[in-house]
Amino acid sequence: MKLLFEKSIPGRRSYYLAPCDVPEYTLPAPMQRQEALDLPELSETDVSRHYSALERLSFGVNQGFYPLGSCTMKYNPKINEKLAALSGFTEIHPLQPEHTVQGALRVLYEAERSLCEVTGMDAMTFQPAAGAHGELTGLMLIKRYHEARGDTPRRKIIVPDSAHGTNPATVSMCGMEVVNLSSGADGCVDLEALRQAVGPDTAGFMLTNPNTLGIFDPNIMRITEIVHEAGGLCYYDGANLNAVVGVVRPGDMGFDCVHLNLHKTFSTPHGGGGPGSGAVGCKARLEAYLPAPRVVMSEEGKLSLQQDCPESIGKVRSFYGNFLVVLRAFAYLTTLGQDGLPEVAKNAVLNANYLMKRLSERFTIVNQGFCMHEFVITMEREAKEKHVTAMDMAKALLDCGMHPPTMYFPLIVKEALMVEPTETEGKETLDEAAEIFLSLYDRAMAEPETMHEYPKETVIGRPDEVRAARHPNLRYRKAES
Amino acid sequence: MNLPKSMVFTKSHEWVKFLSEDTALIGLSDYAQDQMGSLVFVNLPMVGDEVIAGEPLGDVESVKAVSDVYSPVTGTVSRVNEELLDAPESINQDPYAAWLVEVSDISDRDDFLSATEYEEFCLKEE
Repeated sequence: MKLLFEKSIPGRRSYYLAPCDVPEYTLPAPMQRQEALDLPELSETDVSRHYSALERLSFGVNQGFYPLGSCTMKYNPKINEKLAALSGFTEIHPLQPEHTVQGALRVLYEAERSLCEVTGMDAMTFQPAAGAHGELTGLMLIKRYHEARGDTPRRKIIVPDSAHGTNPATVSMCGMEVVNLSSGADGCVDLEALRQAVGPDTAGFMLTNPNTLGIFDPNIMRITEIVHEAGGLCYYDGANLNAVVGVVRPGDMGFDCVHLNLHKTFSTPHGGGGPGSGAVGCKARLEAYLPAPRVVMSEEGKLSLQQDCPESIGKVRSFYGNFLVVLRAFAYLTTLGQDGLPEVAKNAVLNANYLMKRLSERFTIVNQGFCMHEFVITMEREAKEKHVTAMDMAKALLDCGMHPPTMYFPLIVKEALMVEPTETEGKETLDEAAEIFLSLYDRAMAEPETMHEYPKETVIGRPDEVRAARHPNLRYRKAES
Repeated sequence: MNLPKSMVFTKSHEWVKFLSEDTALIGLSDYAQDQMGSLVFVNLPMVGDEVIAGEPLGDVESVKAVSDVYSPVTGTVSRVNEELLDAPESINQDPYAAWLVEVSDISDRDDFLSATEYEEFCLKEE
């Protein structure tokens, strides 16, 4: 497919400006552009067709089943989009006087109150642009907390080996030291290993609960207690919140700080369609360190942006974060309400268990007993005996009208496929997906060599991953003339 | 399993080849490269860096994941195989020729496994 730049026709355009009715002004010479911008010249028809063609090549929740483990690819209700398109929200400027944007401030204020209620936290910031950014912000709060108390030897953050890779990366970015904690076979925290790992240098502990194997840690209260007794703080990675949202709260599990992937649990578009929002909530003892500005309400109910936050870690992003994403999440939360929200988690768990049970007819499931919102298959035996890998299975699924599960994660499972159906799929979709999985499995057993040929229907089949990683071709370069 | 007898191994899948009493080359075993799959990046220490037995000395990234490389010995990095930075695939092609670093002034070492012991260990891992 040609790039827009390659479709460019000199002189073609898709807009006609009205004649200029103000005096022209010429910029001083040093500020003038030396050569024309190299932008594609196209008609509106060309542009529209180009993006429609790209859309047909991609696959999203609007096209079909998307059980990409750990990504919570749920359906995004259209009412969110309708509200986010209101001109009162779209046609405002972040530097507008506060009294003219009371409605937008109200959204931020109410969203903070509601999400604090959902997570059991006292305060929240919406500045971080995504989950990993939220992690960084959260750890900066924890670091500042210890520094403010003069407890400077606390430089170590304990991270279980089943964690998302962003956890140890965040610790490094924050200038702290990672202590890697080995997990049990179920991916749960080994209490004895945790007791050995904590000490006077422990700044905190990061945990995803339920963990990457979709298991809710049964010792969660003991875990946070052990960390607190040692003087550390507990950070809740909200990546898997969809399994428990509205049912249990990180704050009640003993966590001091949490990030939420609003684009996952709270149904805003992501996976190429972003942007995201990695809201960070915290207990009162960390509140003073949150990024400024904060939305505050006066006694008369007037909302304003509090800029003066002397103990704040500073800004982590311009203005107030991805406002329209927060608005969509707030629309979702308000639509569901207190009674609807627990249904999200319960149905997510029910759907995952149903699909897991169906797939267990053939596949080896790593989870023992019930799972939470996702489960993990291992293709280790099939890879060894038939040379059919998790990658082969994922590629074959591409030809069957569904998105494959997450592959090769978590790292503690060999040949892993991680399946997260989410709550927004009906039983028929799950049954259809189960039939596809099972029939591919039978083919893998009967004719294993054919499994290396898929996909056959997609425009791109098996890209050269080594070349893509080492020599990525990411932007248009004008051919030398 | 491809295992040269002139080398010793660690449980974290590094190989060690002693050039003298206190100098050794360190690399990744055939089993390690096979498990990781095609390597795309290698991150190595600098000459002069101190490494500690059992602690990470660098990391390698494959199409599947990033993995730490643990130092089997305590000492000072005396040479780094910079060719690997541009050609990480050499580790996949010939893991026992593609050494990562040379460590000198070795003062401490991990528990090593002989080629035979390492083979048994890998079979159990599977």
